[in-house]
Amino acid sequence: MKLTHPIRFTALALLIVVLFALDLAVGSVSIPLREVWASLTGGEVAASTAKIVRSIRLVKAVVALLAGAALAVSGLQMQTLFRNPLAGPYVLGISSGASFGVALLLLGAPLLGLGGSSLIASFGMAGAAWVGAAVILTMVAILSRRIKDIMVILILGMMCSSGIDAVVQILQYLSSEGALKSFVIWTMGSLGDVTTPQLALLAVAVVIGLVLAVAVIKPLNLLLLGEQYARTMGLNIRRTRRMVFLSTTLLAGTVTAFCGPVGFIGLAVPHLARMLFREADHRILIPASALTGSAVLLVCDLISKLFTLPINTVTALMGIPIVVWVVWRHKTIA
Amino acid sequence: MIRLENLTLGYADRTLLKQVSTSFEVGRLTALIGRNGSGKSTLLRALAGLNTEYKGQIMLGEEEIRQLDAHTLSTRLALVTTERVRIANLRCRDVVALGRAPYTNWIGRMQEEDRQLVEHALEVVGMSAFSDRTMDRMSDGECQRVMIARALAQQTPIILLDEPTSFLDLPNRYELCRLLSQLAHEEQKCILFSTHELDIARTMCDSIALVDNPHLHHLPTEEMVQSGLIERTFGLK
Repeated sequence: MKLTHPIRFTALALLIVVLFALDLAVGSVSIPLREVWASLTGGEVAASTAKIVRSIRLVKAVVALLAGAALAVSGLQMQTLFRNPLAGPYVLGISSGASFGVALLLLGAPLLGLGGSSLIASFGMAGAAWVGAAVILTMVAILSRRIKDIMVILILGMMCSSGIDAVVQILQYLSSEGALKSFVIWTMGSLGDVTTPQLALLAVAVVIGLVLAVAVIKPLNLLLLGEQYARTMGLNIRRTRRMVFLSTTLLAGTVTAFCGPVGFIGLAVPHLARMLFREADHRILIPASALTGSAVLLVCDLISKLFTLPINTVTALMGIPIVVWVVWRHKTIA
Repeated sequence: MIRLENLTLGYADRTLLKQVSTSFEVGRLTALIGRNGSGKSTLLRALAGLNTEYKGQIMLGEEEIRQLDAHTLSTRLALVTTERVRIANLRCRDVVALGRAPYTNWIGRMQEEDRQLVEHALEVVGMSAFSDRTMDRMSDGECQRVMIARALAQQTPIILLDEPTSFLDLPNRYELCRLLSQLAHEEQKCILFSTHELDIARTMCDSIALVDNPHLHHLPTEEMVQSGLIERTFGLK
């Protein structure tokens, strides 16, 4: 590790603190930082202000922090596993699986006349999305047990997700206007629909997912040289794939369940981290991607609040230039 | 030492080797030669434990290779493939350090001894000056030498190389084979490499294994040269 790395990590951490504070201050009502601080520490401030900061903005900012780290780390793992710079958390069909779950709930249930049933309401969109994502990834994981070539798994994952997208479109086509609108809004993503108990669940899933990602640091480093080399250097490929898939389900699957499909963070941030740190070693890249992801998603949230745009359009508009910039500057990418 | 016992190797519709028995000893440099598509790479992949679709046995010492787990195998043999590895931001030293993977802890932490072995391996292949350079800024030949240094850092008694000379110019080809020969003799390693360079095989190796489908002729170099098998297989006068 070079001496400059601790400096970079510290700078990123400070940046996140600043962005986090700004994220609490900025919104439909702008609250001065002093009052934000007072609300958090229980100081003297209007009750309505304290309520906004604590139960709305704080939850949302923590969601941005967790979701950014989760998407970036799962994207990094996918890029290394598939040795493909264009891979991201959604290449194996997680977002398609999640939208399928939500589509079944929002569009399919009314079609079957189950619209208002309390069972479905309590299950919720997050539950439906999570189950959808987990089912798809389990399917891909089972298929991949019999497949040696990682590229075949990538293609299978992409085909699975395209197939499911088609089914989702059929559901959309058959649905009523109202149901369709709630579904389309879900696909635009939102960091603000997470309740406090859900946040606890999200935090636990993300932490476990990140721990798993840290556990596969050495396998991921070996995979940089490709599966053949990795195997001759003692890597258990199947075990590694299982762990990476599980980590990705927990990270990207849970984030998608609670926030909808948030695009481009998982694809762009690992490249940004590689460029900031000039490293290929996952001992650096995993924490670097996590921190960069948090920072970028906080920035996206700020922009989405300032211009009242859905988060997904902001991440796309931010992420695309990053990828273009990286590709342009380096001409080659890892 | 690698011992083949009645090895039958091939694909569903094509048998490459049939009932082959021979052995590759430590302290010897062996060239594996044969026409294109004769199965040199397939054989090397089987010997490295990457291809388990064969009949008969491949013995590493007393154990069949399919019975060894990945970690044990990685302490017995190292492989250098023809695959071009070019990763941005990955420094030569880090690549060679990956060769220490079988011996490092869960996160790949390097001890002082590991670091010395990495530096030594880079020195042996003449790449010390490049250790801080990244792989995307090196020539094919330089990358090849780094991958060989990685195999050396793995400290295995057996090293398999698939066409290690293919990216190198003439002086470097001889230099590399001299290096492999030195490693085989001085460090008592069993080194087997596939090549299309008949001259190198004839002048620098202790023995030659010639794939003549479905046979594998394995003889000491001098006997192989005198047997006329090479000329017959390659259709030379």
